[in-house]
Amino acid sequence: MTITEKILADHSGRKETSPGEIVEARIDVYMVHEFLQQVETVFHNIDMEKPLHPERIVALLDHWAPAPSVDAAEIHKICRELVERYGIQNWYDMREGICHQILPEKGHVVPGEVIVGTDSHTTTYGAFGAFSTGIGTTDMAIVFATGKLWLRVPESLKINVSGELPEWVMSKDVILRILGDVGADGATYKAMEFQGDTIHSMSIDARMTLCNMSIEGGAKNGIIEPDQKTFDFLKGRVRKEYSPVYSDGDAHYADELYYDAGKFEPQVAKPYSPANSVPITEVEGTEIDQAFLGSCTNGRLEDLAVAANILRGRKIPLSVRMIVIPASKEVYSEAMREGLVETFIESGAQVYYPTCGPCIGGHLGLLASEEVCVSSSNRNFLGRMGSGKSKVYLASPATVAASALAGRLTDPREVGRKHS
Amino acid sequence: MKAKLIVEGCVWKFGDDVNTDIIIPGRYLTITEPYELAKFAFQDLDPDFHKKVNGGDVIVGGKNFGCGSSREQAPLVLKTLGIGAVVAESFARIFFRNAINLGLPVVECPGIADAVKKGETLRITLEEGKIENVSTGKTMRGTVLPGFLIDIIRAGGAVAALNAKIRRAR
Repeated sequence: MTITEKILADHSGRKETSPGEIVEARIDVYMVHEFLQQVETVFHNIDMEKPLHPERIVALLDHWAPAPSVDAAEIHKICRELVERYGIQNWYDMREGICHQILPEKGHVVPGEVIVGTDSHTTTYGAFGAFSTGIGTTDMAIVFATGKLWLRVPESLKINVSGELPEWVMSKDVILRILGDVGADGATYKAMEFQGDTIHSMSIDARMTLCNMSIEGGAKNGIIEPDQKTFDFLKGRVRKEYSPVYSDGDAHYADELYYDAGKFEPQVAKPYSPANSVPITEVEGTEIDQAFLGSCTNGRLEDLAVAANILRGRKIPLSVRMIVIPASKEVYSEAMREGLVETFIESGAQVYYPTCGPCIGGHLGLLASEEVCVSSSNRNFLGRMGSGKSKVYLASPATVAASALAGRLTDPREVGRKHS
Repeated sequence: MKAKLIVEGCVWKFGDDVNTDIIIPGRYLTITEPYELAKFAFQDLDPDFHKKVNGGDVIVGGKNFGCGSSREQAPLVLKTLGIGAVVAESFARIFFRNAINLGLPVVECPGIADAVKKGETLRITLEEGKIENVSTGKTMRGTVLPGFLIDIIRAGGAVAALNAKIRRAR
């Protein structure tokens, strides 16, 4: 069995399970952000007073934090009342940052568990060897009520990457290329399992980007077998016992894709799909108005460090607004200690407090009509970051920084080489 | 015998990869009143969609309908506008679940995009996955939903189905 099949079998009281089977799985951790207010509109119609296991809920505010409008403030107020009423203990308000960064940081994610969240990028936690997927508000209300959820056991898609990635090529380039190959629905209902020495030589930060964007190929979950780096990350954060799970050597995969890491290049997803990706060389020179570095996809320390390395000692032209949003308070603090925040400010970028911000067209840098943004986030759908007439190109933190300096889409290999 | 679940309505057509941001853009999600929110359905494609659509109308999509975010507001605004069913070449999985959970019928039907034009009338028999184009007389077969999902739609959604289960257990 694959790691995904094993975790789902274990959580549904079975010895084994196979793709296509419907199981009722025990859910270990439920993540809710502002959609807690939406969950309540469903939960209050269920014949129950309180969630069955409030201790399994992790709640926070990140999408519209701090509130950019009275409507958002009202949603936050309702969420705070619900946290009291439901007896939710794992509550971070808006103090810690973006959900997908702080759940691992605060020790809520461990290998072998099943996690659901009211956010499609809940697939991120697969980077720690957990089964993790996004659900809607009715499903979450049902999980609140029963602690379980029916799930169809997904077929697994093996994605093996081997070798060394070229300089200035990041895991974001790897996932954009894979999405370009499989398409926006190429992994629908499937698990994307990332394997190979390249994956295991990647940092935890980089692995999270891969699993985070597996949903953009339609995947149910993205997953990576845990290793020593995973255990080192979890040490000092996790306060519960856990059992790592691994795929069997003879596990069956619906399809297998093999990549030579040395052949990856900086990759950019053109409007209006993350799967619409091409090598940067095909779109180089496209003029930009805004550069966004942040989000649950690429707002981590490694991302900030790579971008700062390119920006250090240089000035972003006034024609470009560069917005930097660290994914969490922990990332922000560390970025300050390492002098990255100072580098951003000195170069002309604006650094804001951890929040989803412009990625969802929420606040802190929406786009006007005809404007173009290069973004380290995860979606470039029509109207995603503002006007329905704006355009978003998805790219790695290195490409975002290089493009911000030049005022147009730029290959980070050029800038990186000239800089060193 | 239970009455069959039949939906009959006028077709609105969409292409491949219709994502949840297209159905309801993220920038409106701080609106919590469903009827207010539904005014912004398909805002970036057709700002007047909510005025043009009639109760019972059917949406026909291409591949990967409803891809993107987990926002249940996507099927919610469609249901709020009175959409009777969504038929597509294929669906993204979260949208598919969310729609059924709300009691909005969804039918996967390869070939539907080419077989139907905007404004034609479809008659859908959910239990059989049968889709009749009343305007052309052509009948197509979509994927039949598993019984437990049909039951959820019949109950009017997942919450109603769960409440019935809770009451039976007491």
